[in-house]
Amino acid sequence: MKRIISILIENKPGALARVVGLFHQRGYNIETLNVGPVFDGSFSRMTVTTRGSENDVEQITKQINKIIDVIKVSDLTEGDHHEYEFVLIKFKHSEKIQKILKGLNGKIHEKNKDVMVMSAWGSSSDIEVAIKSIGKVNLLEIARSGSIGLHEGEKVLKI
Amino acid sequence: MKLSGGDLLMRALKDEGVKFVFGYPGGAALHIYDSIFKQKAFEHILVRHEQGATHAADGYSRATGKPGVALVTSGPGATNAITGLATAFMDSIPLVVISGQVQSHLIGTDSFQETDMIGISRPIVKHSFIVQNTQDIPRIVQEAFHIATTGRPGPVVIDIPKDKTDPSQLFEYKRAKEISLRSYQPRVLPHPGQIKKASKKILSAERPVIYAGGGVILGNAHKELISLNKLLKAPVTNTLMGLGAYPAKDKYFMGMLGMHGTYQANMAMHNADVIIGIGARFDDRITNTPSMFAPNAKIVHIDVDPASISKIINADIPIVGQVKESLIALIKEIKRAKIKIDSEALDRWNIQISQWREKHGLDHDLYLSKIKSSMIAPQVVVQELYHATQGNAFVTSDVGQHQMFVAQYYHFNKPRRWINSGGLGTMGFGLPAAMGVKLAFPKQEVVCVTGEGSIQMCIQELSTCLQYNLPIKIININNEALGMVRQWQDMNYGGRHSASTYSDSLPDFVKLAQSYGHVGMKVTKQSQLKKTLEKAFAMKDRLVFVDVYVDPNEHVYPMLVAPNGSTKDMWIKKNTKA
Repeated sequence: MKRIISILIENKPGALARVVGLFHQRGYNIETLNVGPVFDGSFSRMTVTTRGSENDVEQITKQINKIIDVIKVSDLTEGDHHEYEFVLIKFKHSEKIQKILKGLNGKIHEKNKDVMVMSAWGSSSDIEVAIKSIGKVNLLEIARSGSIGLHEGEKVLKI
Repeated sequence: MKLSGGDLLMRALKDEGVKFVFGYPGGAALHIYDSIFKQKAFEHILVRHEQGATHAADGYSRATGKPGVALVTSGPGATNAITGLATAFMDSIPLVVISGQVQSHLIGTDSFQETDMIGISRPIVKHSFIVQNTQDIPRIVQEAFHIATTGRPGPVVIDIPKDKTDPSQLFEYKRAKEISLRSYQPRVLPHPGQIKKASKKILSAERPVIYAGGGVILGNAHKELISLNKLLKAPVTNTLMGLGAYPAKDKYFMGMLGMHGTYQANMAMHNADVIIGIGARFDDRITNTPSMFAPNAKIVHIDVDPASISKIINADIPIVGQVKESLIALIKEIKRAKIKIDSEALDRWNIQISQWREKHGLDHDLYLSKIKSSMIAPQVVVQELYHATQGNAFVTSDVGQHQMFVAQYYHFNKPRRWINSGGLGTMGFGLPAAMGVKLAFPKQEVVCVTGEGSIQMCIQELSTCLQYNLPIKIININNEALGMVRQWQDMNYGGRHSASTYSDSLPDFVKLAQSYGHVGMKVTKQSQLKKTLEKAFAMKDRLVFVDVYVDPNEHVYPMLVAPNGSTKDMWIKKNTKA
């Protein structure tokens, strides 16, 4: 089953590599990965999506927690959560693609005689569905942010 | 007074109480070596290969409980330290390994002797630092020692680009009163609720087993372990890493468990109703097939590392905390508890274990069937060694059959006396590790039990032993083959000894030892063994290399049947299952 793991980590050189390396080292796969500085910039928040059983995820989160630079780890999928992903798509003029993306908070960023660039965002599963229905025709390029997420309610990931 | 980066490093090491640094110089470490020349706080031990430096620092740490320190240069110096780092990492040994790095502006340009030490060592260190500002050196050293020695200990790398130790750049030395890292706060005290549950479960047991590992030694909790069992009177087994944590002479001690554990220990684990795992990690050499492991046991698992709990075997009552603090809390709770353990059931259980011991215990087998031949049984070498040293020596070993024979037949009564690479299984570990031990305990007997395969992996350290006058005793159990490999080939590959023999090309170890300035002795007959060992141990101020030719056909038993076996499935001798 798909898991969304959120990690609060020191924003230090090499910290990201420690987390990414660990997944490989322990035999787990990363499906999506997002990282960016948060709070005063001395922290980074990473969101990793992976697949695994409950035992797998327990082991992954424990192992991530052991990384010295990691401050907090949480499996968002354990409870109610918000999860979104952002995509940028470049395509040849296509009413079909425009329509699909419009349904996903789509926004046009560039439009000229040859290509269009649009953004869209939604839950990862909505994004997946959209990408599938876009197909290959007229599609030039996709960039995905990977999932980001927060717990619902009062639960937060901070020091 | 302002100091250079190299001098800041010296001062920081001094303030950590470092007495020995094991190292090997090279271009990127030369500023540091110049600072070493000018200081008196610690002795630098020049090894002959960086692998030796890391193992020596490791041996020092295992014997003393203090962190070991190694210093290497960039590039090949750093890569040669990798095996030692991995060895320490697998056995949770606190090391601080300092590596020189090329100058900052050359990093990433494939410059001479450049390697990405942080990248290469990442999966085998607890943490690593690269120095970006010289003035950070004192803080980084302090943090490195803090991280290496607290929580579940482990090796830490500090990579220092050469320009950060430039003698012309001077900085103030500042040392923090205490270290507090917002991202690292290992748990010390156990959860009281879990301790209560554990006490209740343990006291309701009829067939309890205490299964104690290296964590008891690392956590200096052997006294608490003994106290716990004064209350419980339960059978105790130690892992390979835990030997010495519980006195081998105690009547409740069953010996080592696992792959080459004793019959009684493995049977007890299989038939237990409560297993109290303490500072042990249920690894694959212990559990055999996890789904068949201890089918009727509830598991109480105490460990400082939450990731070790329920990793392989699900723990019914997990306790995260330092072993010492956890045992103190557990002892208190058991004393206070209203229920008492069923002593009749426990007596029956202890009698059952005695019966298993009678049936297939180690010495039983040895004395009945092995002594008769004129060839020397390797097990007997270890027994004679035990007598020659009154069981009091620090014994290091390499990896293979000889290692298992020591674990089985040298009965360790004290912690930190048995120094071996359990997790990684590193051949070449024994001799350099013995150097670290001997430096820490110059007046104590330090023995390296090795094999003719393993010893050749770090034999160059014989030269270091001469330079620093380290009168170690080396017992080379020589079966003219990679014995454990050959055993597996005998058992699983139709006796095809693929790349495991070399009897036509072994060195003359006596001459080899002599050429390094030491004493060499050779033993080929049972009748010479005792006398030669006595002679060797009488030479107090010399390193003696005793080359003992043993029966090459000997196997290590018991041995768990794998794959698809539980811990009750054992080979008890050749072609015979229990």
